[in-house]
Amino acid sequence: MKLIFEKSMAGHRCTLLPACDVPEVELDSALLRESELPLPELSEQEISRHYTQLCRRVHGVNCGFYPLGSCTMKYNPRIDEEMAALPGFASVHPLAPEKATEGCREVLDVAAQYLCEITGMDGMTFQPAAGAHGEFTGVLLIKQYHRSRGDLGRTKIIVPDSAHGTNPATAAMCGFEVVNIASAPDGCVDLEALKAALGPDVAGLMLTNPNTVGLFDENILEITRLVHECGGLCYYDGANLNAVMGVVRPGDMGFDCIHMNLHKTFATPHGGGGPGAGAVGCKAFLKDFLPRSALMEGEGRLQVRSFAGNFLVVVRALTYLLTLGREGVPEAAINAVLNANYLMRKIRGSFTPAFDRTCMHEFVLDLSAFKKETGVSALDVAKSLIDRGMHPPTMYFPLIVHEALMLEPTETESRETLDEAAAIFRELYDLAFRDPEQMHTAPHNAQIGRPDEVKAARSPILRWTKE
Amino acid sequence: MGSYVPATAAERQEMLQAIGMRSEKELYADVPASMLLDRPLNLPAGKSELEVRREMEALAAKNKVYATVLRGAGAYDHYIPSIVKYIPAKEEFLTAYTPYQAEMSQGILQSIFEYQTMICDLTGMDVSNASVYDGATAAAEAAAMCRDRKRTVTLISAAAHPDVINTVRTYCYGTGHELRVVPCRDGRTDSEALKEMLTEDVASFILQSPNFYGQIEDAKALGELVHAAKAQFVLSFNPISLALLATPGECGADIAVAEGQPLGLPMGWGGPYLGIMASTGKLMRKLPGRIVGQTTDSRGERAFVLSLQAREQHIRREKASSNICSNEALCALTAGLYLATLGPDGLKEAAKQCLAKAHYLCGALCAIPGVTLKYSGPFFHEFLTVLPKRDEVLAALDDAGILGGLPVEDGILWCATEKVSRAELDRAAAIVKEVLA
Amino acid sequence: MNYPTELAYTKSHEWLKEADGVAEIGISDFAQSELGDVVFVNLPEVGDPVTAGEPFGDVESVKAVSDLVCPVSGEVCEINEELLDSPELLNSDPYGAWIIRVKDVTGYDEMITAAEYEAFVSEEG
Repeated sequence: MKLIFEKSMAGHRCTLLPACDVPEVELDSALLRESELPLPELSEQEISRHYTQLCRRVHGVNCGFYPLGSCTMKYNPRIDEEMAALPGFASVHPLAPEKATEGCREVLDVAAQYLCEITGMDGMTFQPAAGAHGEFTGVLLIKQYHRSRGDLGRTKIIVPDSAHGTNPATAAMCGFEVVNIASAPDGCVDLEALKAALGPDVAGLMLTNPNTVGLFDENILEITRLVHECGGLCYYDGANLNAVMGVVRPGDMGFDCIHMNLHKTFATPHGGGGPGAGAVGCKAFLKDFLPRSALMEGEGRLQVRSFAGNFLVVVRALTYLLTLGREGVPEAAINAVLNANYLMRKIRGSFTPAFDRTCMHEFVLDLSAFKKETGVSALDVAKSLIDRGMHPPTMYFPLIVHEALMLEPTETESRETLDEAAAIFRELYDLAFRDPEQMHTAPHNAQIGRPDEVKAARSPILRWTKE
Repeated sequence: MGSYVPATAAERQEMLQAIGMRSEKELYADVPASMLLDRPLNLPAGKSELEVRREMEALAAKNKVYATVLRGAGAYDHYIPSIVKYIPAKEEFLTAYTPYQAEMSQGILQSIFEYQTMICDLTGMDVSNASVYDGATAAAEAAAMCRDRKRTVTLISAAAHPDVINTVRTYCYGTGHELRVVPCRDGRTDSEALKEMLTEDVASFILQSPNFYGQIEDAKALGELVHAAKAQFVLSFNPISLALLATPGECGADIAVAEGQPLGLPMGWGGPYLGIMASTGKLMRKLPGRIVGQTTDSRGERAFVLSLQAREQHIRREKASSNICSNEALCALTAGLYLATLGPDGLKEAAKQCLAKAHYLCGALCAIPGVTLKYSGPFFHEFLTVLPKRDEVLAALDDAGILGGLPVEDGILWCATEKVSRAELDRAAAIVKEVLA
Repeated sequence: MNYPTELAYTKSHEWLKEADGVAEIGISDFAQSELGDVVFVNLPEVGDPVTAGEPFGDVESVKAVSDLVCPVSGEVCEINEELLDSPELLNSDPYGAWIIRVKDVTGYDEMITAAEYEAFVSEEG
């Protein structure tokens, strides 16, 4: 389809503002813009049609099954959107006086109270704007803690090799050396490798549990105890919290701080890549290190962005929490796990799970033997799913499983949807033996064929230019 | 009571049977029993949609919504056209994840490509990324882009937004790099001090213009000083102002950053906002975060993909320069939509009215005995006045449904946008006059 | 797979050629085939010191990045700027497309012969 610039017609416009009712002001010409301002020119209907055309070329959770592992693509309730758009929230200036913002402050207080209860933490900040930003904030808590004690020799953060890339990148942004430890064959932490890495130079461990292959690490208490014994702290990456919320709490597993992805676990929409919100919780002894806005709450603390965070995302999450309540939160977790196990069972017999045991909210398929046999890769299967209207699972992650496809159905999918998905997987499994070529060249009826990513990276075109 | 789980109790039981289990408890067999939560969560019971609506509406009602907003300082009350509110609420845009699968995400990818193009055109820079979290993190990421083995120190103007300075300081604390603050004189960056502080170890200087006090800095001249010292020039701009003011490109910036909230995003008590980042072509591969590129598909048609991914954390892991993963894609879509809706004439008109209305308010206030303008340099839509009875003035305005300027130092930092009318400005000035009479 | 005998190799898949006191460094045919289509090369600057066994840059493919490990210690005296515009040369002509030249060579990483490298690669693969 055409770009908005290619639809632009000189003189087309929307009428938005009244004529200026105060005298015009001229600035010194040396301060002024010299170049043209080549923004597109369209009427309101032309704009509406352009974006409607664009949104038909997007697959959202509302369009169909979206089992993108580790992303928790659950239904995003409409009521949450409507509440976030209330003028009493959307039109509030971040620096409005305290008495004019009591409702906003109460939203944060109540959300903090509920999330502390769910995670077993004592303090909470909503300043981080996304999961990775929450990781940054959480690891900075660890850094400040050690520094405040004059314990300056702790220069290392331990990260399992199955971790999401943001974990090691975060540790590096916080000035730590990253110690990657190999996972045990079952994808869990290798206790011997952990013991070997621990020492007086370790600041902490970053871990997600359930881990990135969808398994609950049953040694978790031993793991956090070992880290604490050597003086380190334990950071919980909450990417997989949906599996356990209301059932078991990170605080009870021995973690000291945690980030949550409100845009995963607490049903706020992901918006095609953001905005999210990465609430960070911590135990009482770390509370004094939580960030805050200098302008809103005074100087003297670190701060990781402006103002109080992605507040309207927190409004959505609180709406969701109020809806689910004390029974609904664990109900969601249990059904997320049930759906994942059900789907794994239905797919088993065609594709092979990497770990053949009860999973948590997600599971990983290992297609390496299948690829050897048929020549069809995980990528080919993913692209063939697109032709069948399903968003592919996460591909080639975690790195410890070869030809990985990671599926997370979430609790909001019905049994019928899971049965249909399993049937599609079985159909593709058979197709790979019958007509692998069809899968190598998939998708065939998507918006586009496979894009040439090599060309995109070698000769980058990152903006439109008039011919 | 509230639930989004479709399966009935009977269906759940059948599903459990299908996986060879008798009860839900077996799903968590791997969790040590001692750790399982043995009590209900201390949360209220779930509620119906109508009950939740009432509760949230009651919370919203505890906030005060001002009819007139004369406060800026990093968040601005611009007019948001109806279509700019409506389109980003379309569920397809709203509920998609990051466009990893290009074949079913062309709409998101194209919207970002269009956003990147508009940001380049607005700023006069060569390349834009797909956004970062907000203006403050954009400045912090820009500082990180400029550092190398030899040049490790970041300079920032004391007249930058305090939240921006603190955020950059926090990121520097993380990596263990030094931040030095360049003092101001008369509300603008002290160029003599800057010259002295541009030592051989300085990687970059971050300037904000218009700055926190609303003053337009002499960005071109300061940029030349920075380049003469072989450091990089990071310019933080206001996106609406660029319809009138010299672009970061024209000012010689190596990296341009901004808080994108003015481009159609509600003030929302601080977020979600939009971190705009654009750079020269030379720095393209150092930009953090997602970038969308154009290519062709297997049929030879134009297609868009997430490009230059080898920069990012999922590939480079601890060697990535940033850990950013999710960004503010929907806010970027909104900003692109806002710019297209206003168009070149509309954006210029909005900027001109901001300029005119702020100057009108400034004139009206400074005509009141006792009110003086603190800094006399050129300004766009914010200015600082000194006046007696500051708290009484703001309280009187508040009573009249007007959010007055922000108390800053010994004065008030005022802002007027295109959204306020002459009548509102006259009314505000009359109230100030009355209090001071 | 091609292993020119006049070159020395490292176990991290670089090759080394020396003439007139200048060491020329590139990546092996095996390395380029494992990487796939190279899309970008991060090069050091002329004048930068390099250390044997330490990275001096990296090569990017679409979905991977791989460190370039320097076989020698010394000072970078030339970089192959052609690679900035045409990184695909590393795929099409890995032994012609040198990456950097190093002078004032003071030390070496562990080097192996073409035959030894071929045996090493077949063991690894």
